[in-house]
Order: sequence, then structure tokens, then C-alpha cells
Amino acid sequence: MNLQTIVDQLNLTVLTEMHDFSNITTQGGYASDLLSCVMAGAKSGNIWITLQAHLNIVAVASMLDVSAVIITENAQPDEATITKANEQGVILLSTSKFSYEICGRLWEMNLR
Amino acid sequence: MAPTRPQTEQEKFGRHRPLTDRDAHEINRIEELSYDLKVREVMASRIITTSPDVPVSSVLDLLRANRISGVPVVAEANLLGVISLEDVVRALQKNELAMPVRNYMTTQLVTVNTFDSIMKAIRAFTENGLGRLPVIDEHHKLAGIITKGDINRGILLAVERDYKEEEVRRYRASHLFEDIISDRTTLVLRYNIKVGDFNHGGNASSHIKRALLRLGADQQLARRCGIAAYEAEMNLIIHTTSGGILKLEVEPHRISLITTDDGPGIADTQKAQQPGFSTATDQVREMGFGAGMGLVNIQRCVDKMELDSSPGKGTKLTMRINVPPKTINSKKG
Repeated sequence: MNLQTIVDQLNLTVLTEMHDFSNITTQGGYASDLLSCVMAGAKSGNIWITLQAHLNIVAVASMLDVSAVIITENAQPDEATITKANEQGVILLSTSKFSYEICGRLWEMNLR
Repeated sequence: MAPTRPQTEQEKFGRHRPLTDRDAHEINRIEELSYDLKVREVMASRIITTSPDVPVSSVLDLLRANRISGVPVVAEANLLGVISLEDVVRALQKNELAMPVRNYMTTQLVTVNTFDSIMKAIRAFTENGLGRLPVIDEHHKLAGIITKGDINRGILLAVERDYKEEEVRRYRASHLFEDIISDRTTLVLRYNIKVGDFNHGGNASSHIKRALLRLGADQQLARRCGIAAYEAEMNLIIHTTSGGILKLEVEPHRISLITTDDGPGIADTQKAQQPGFSTATDQVREMGFGAGMGLVNIQRCVDKMELDSSPGKGTKLTMRINVPPKTINSKKG
């Protein structure tokens, strides 16, 4: 599924540089706030759903080549995190919804 | 496997070209280039122009001879207008091909400046449905003309330039083990990790992953090493007294990751390796660390892990990853 569809349908805010994400393919997802679990469980191309919004999520996302990070419950990454994400080509998205709801919506959209 | 078709470059080098993070974000790079590249760099500066005083019929010959669909109308390098095939057709309909160009040229012009980004030109094309734009320099004189084709070509050339630079880097790196002859060649990269430096957490492992890709490691191998390096790096940041050293040793047949620190040491190394066991503080756990899965993850990613530690002295963690033959280039294989 292309990332732009996910951004549009879930009404996500793009925190990093605005682009057309139609060319970025997302395959499946992974949800956790424990970084080591993400390291173990998330696959390349997954979308990662988390409450964490600090700088270290960028390193994890970049290492794993996830398609994007959805930060839930309006957790706000600071400026340094967004700058680093832009440098590393990591896409940060934001929503006011709970991780549970986002996962449910993505599952319904057939992102499995 | 002997391919019957001509070998690709990758096959000649005996490996698949690894996909870097940048390849994955190629589309973003193109957007970046659209802002970085200036109109001056891609426009055609040798342009065909016409004068306002010649008859329209001469423009028809000019267009036909040069296989173009419009020309700028210029007097003393000042741009007065553009006359296109459409304008010529209008003159033809009224049987006025003998009239001067100035009567039929379009004077309401969309132009771009030499110093504009090509993104500005792209916008001008899409917003106005135009096929070509005159380019004006800082002295308001006509400097060139730009078409969508020029933009495509400019971007493609820039991407190719990028790509070649990365290819050359990767080629040089991957031949390291061939070009330098010894009985045993080892490339050692050393990273100093500061305790509590969460802001740089993951930087060393990200460099390690990139280095391995450049050395010809495939995506899977680089990822395994990257994850192991990340967990080991974070352990130094979270748990040590005064940081430590993360070392990468690359040999043609084996990759080693070694961390050393001078304390506080681990009381029970068996317990430390149990899934879910962690001594991280609440503050660190809030950031999502301290799941007690670091060493478990490492074990999963590497072929051999050794944890050597004693309280008060320090810890040495050795991780070995076997390299499948021919992954990292070597004459010995």
C-alpha cells in the first residue's frame, strides 16, 4: 500500500519535509514503544506505530528502513529529532489517536 | 549459476548491488534536486531568436528548419515576446504572413530567471500549460530557453552523477581486500561511545551499516550487523560508567563487533542474557530502552556472542558474524 494513501485516510500530520509519498510502499506494520522489541520485530518496509517521540526513534527507524513512523497521542518530537529525521530520510507522521485505533484502522485497510 | 545473457555489472562483481538507504529515498532526492538545480544549469543557452521587424513568413521557415514550435523575439538582447506556431497559424488564417512579427507575437510572457530553482520552472510549466519558458538573466536580458525536456535531462544527469559517486566509493571500498595484499587483511573501525549520549545514540551503528554496504555486504548482512551494533552501542550509552569503545573488524570471511568498557561490570552474565532482564533506570525505560532484549537481539543477529565481565572491572562483548563466501570481495573467496 502506498504511504500517501495511509497519510490521507488516517488524516496524519506530516512532521518531516512534505513530499508526495505515493512512491513509497508500505508492507505491514509493527507497533511497540520498546526500542529493542522494534529492533527485533519490525521488518524493512513496515510502518512503525509508537508513542515514543524522542531522538532515538530516528536511529531505529533508519537502521530498520521502516517506511514511516506514526507517532500517536500527539506526542511531539523536538526540533532536533525532526532535523535528524530529515537528514536520514526518515518520515515522521503524527496523530492524536491512540496506537490501538491506528493499528485497527490500518488492519481494516488491509495493511497486514 | 552461469547467466546466458550478458553479465550485468553486479554479476561481474559477483554480488548484488546492495540497496542503500539513499536508494530507497531516491524519489526524495529527485525532489531535492528540483530545488538544488538552478535554471542556468539545465537551460539551453544557444538559442534561436527572431527580430520583431521581419515578416511572419520567415518565422515559419525558422521553425520548420529547426524543428521547434516557437522562438523568442529579441531586440538588442531584450526579450520583447515569443512567436509560436499558433501565432503563425493565426497570421496564416488572415492571410497576413507578410506582416511583421511584432503584430503577431505574444507579449504577455511567463519567464524564469537564470538563478531560479528548476522547481520554479516546473511550477510555471504546470500552472500555465506551457511547453517552453524564456530565461532572463540578472540584467533582464534573454539568457536562454528552458523546456520540460531540459529539466528531465538535467535531473537525470544529476542523479547519474550522484549514483556514480556512490558507485565509485563502493567500488573502491569493495576492492580493498583485493588491492591490499597480505596474509590476513583486517579493516578496523573504532567508535568512541560516550555514556548518556542519547542524542548520538545509533550514529556509530548507522556508520557501521553504511560501511558494510560499501564494502559489498548485502542488505541482510548489513542489517544484522547494524542491529547488533545498535544494541551494543546503546548498552555503552545506558549502562557504562564512562562510556566505551565499539570496534568493527572486517575480514573477508568474518565480521567482528567488539565493545569494551571500564565498568561497572555485570555481576551475573547469565542473568543479563535472559529475555526481559534489565537493570535500566525508570528514566531510561520511559524512553523505550531497558526492555531487557538487547543481548537477546544481538544473539539472534550474530553467529557467536561472548560476554565477558566482572564487577568493578568492566565488560567486553564480542560478536562474530560469518560472511558467506564472495559477499565481501576477496580473491581468496
